[in-house]
Formats: sequence, C-alpha cells, structure tokens
Amino acid sequence: MKVLYFAWLRERVGLTEEEVDPPADVHTVADLARWLQARGGGHAHAFENPAVVRAALDRRHVKPDAPLAGAREVAFFPPMTGG
Amino acid sequence: MADGPPASDAFSVRVQADAFDATREAATLAHGRTDVGAVVTFTGLCRADETADGPLTALHLEHYPGMAEAEMGRILDEARARWPLQGARIVHRHGRIVPGEGIVLVVTASPHRGAAFAAAEFLMDWLKTSAPFWKKEERPGAPDDGAWVEAKATDDDAAERWGAGAA
Repeated sequence: MKVLYFAWLRERVGLTEEEVDPPADVHTVADLARWLQARGGGHAHAFENPAVVRAALDRRHVKPDAPLAGAREVAFFPPMTGG
Repeated sequence: MADGPPASDAFSVRVQADAFDATREAATLAHGRTDVGAVVTFTGLCRADETADGPLTALHLEHYPGMAEAEMGRILDEARARWPLQGARIVHRHGRIVPGEGIVLVVTASPHRGAAFAAAEFLMDWLKTSAPFWKKEERPGAPDDGAWVEAKATDDDAAERWGAGAA
C-alpha cells in the first residue's frame, strides 16, 4: 500500500510518500503507525506521540482502530490548521 | 468573459494557488437569478502578527491533493442537507500567502439570511478542523525560519457544537 505524509510528519520522515508491505499482523491504522515507528530514525520521530497523529484511508478521515483491509492509500498528518 | 461573473455550478469547491476575487465569486452565485434573497461571503485573510521571534512574513499552506477537494465537497453536502441553500462555493488556497491576502473563501446563497449566515459559519468551522490543510509560518527571526501552526482546541469546540454527522 501507499503511505503519504504531510506537514511535520513529512518533514520528520523525510518522504512525501512510500510503498510499504506490512506483515499480516498489522490490521489497523494504529498497528501500521506502530510498525512504521519501529523502523526507527525519522519514522520513530514522526510517530513518537500517536495522540497528535491523524490518519485517512483512501482519502477519508478514520480513527486509529480503523481496519486497513483493502485500503490502497493511507495518509498520516497532524491535526489540520487550514481555513 | 473577464467582465462577467465566472460561470459554473451553483455548488462547487476549488483548491488553487492563485488569489481569488471574493466579490466576483459572490456575484456568480446570484447571477441571472431572481429567487436568491441572501448571499453571505466570508473571507479568511492572512494576518500579520508579531511575536518574540519577529514579524510573520507569510504563511505556507500545504494540502492533500485529492482529499482536500473531496473533504470540502463532503462538508458542502452536509451543509446542503441542513439548510435550504441555493448555491455555495468554497475556495481554499495553497502555497505561499502573504499578510493581507485571502486564504479561504466561503459563499452561501439562500432565500433568507438565517440559513446563509448559519451555513457559512458551519462550513468555516468544519473546514478548519477537517479539510486537510496545514499552515507553516514564515518568520525569519524564528528558529528554522518559522514553525507549523498548532491546531486550536477552540476550533475543535467550534466544529463540535454543530453536532455529529459532519465530516
């Protein structure tokens, strides 16, 4: 699946997007965030405080417990500050 | 063409780097109609402020292409379900925006002012908390020349008071 990063998550990870192939025990958005954090380096820095990370699956907002099942595009970003 | 209001659908959302003309956008919604009684226009501007790190020289707006438009469309659909709107338009800019320039525009049209005012406020409150845009300050005196703007709890409160169901 494709993972996108925005704002300071993008800066910390050092990538705008990447293809990932998580193991079978990564079921939810929160699982994926933990798996990415465990990679260390910029990923660990980006996901160090899961409470301030928001997510979208296929361009819709989701909660951390949302199942990844079938999603093609996952995005991680901070709380939004537009408007 | 340039003199008349831009022709387009009564309900639309747009994300663009260019500046917008609020007067022209508002004129579009009622153009050629005789049933519109109220048009409300809200423009959010980039505001110059000064902190201990010096003056703000610009805001940099990052967005999630595709989702930004989709989310703005969902917010608009929710407003249409709640109020008798005859037209509505949301324009949100991205990229570098300097103090005095518009960042976001919301225009609503309805037979009566109550719905137009309420829908415009609803749209702005939900845009701020659910449209995927992020502001970074350009402040030359600050560490790293500026920081990401942090989300405000007051914005969450403003969105929440409209109740569940939106976004």
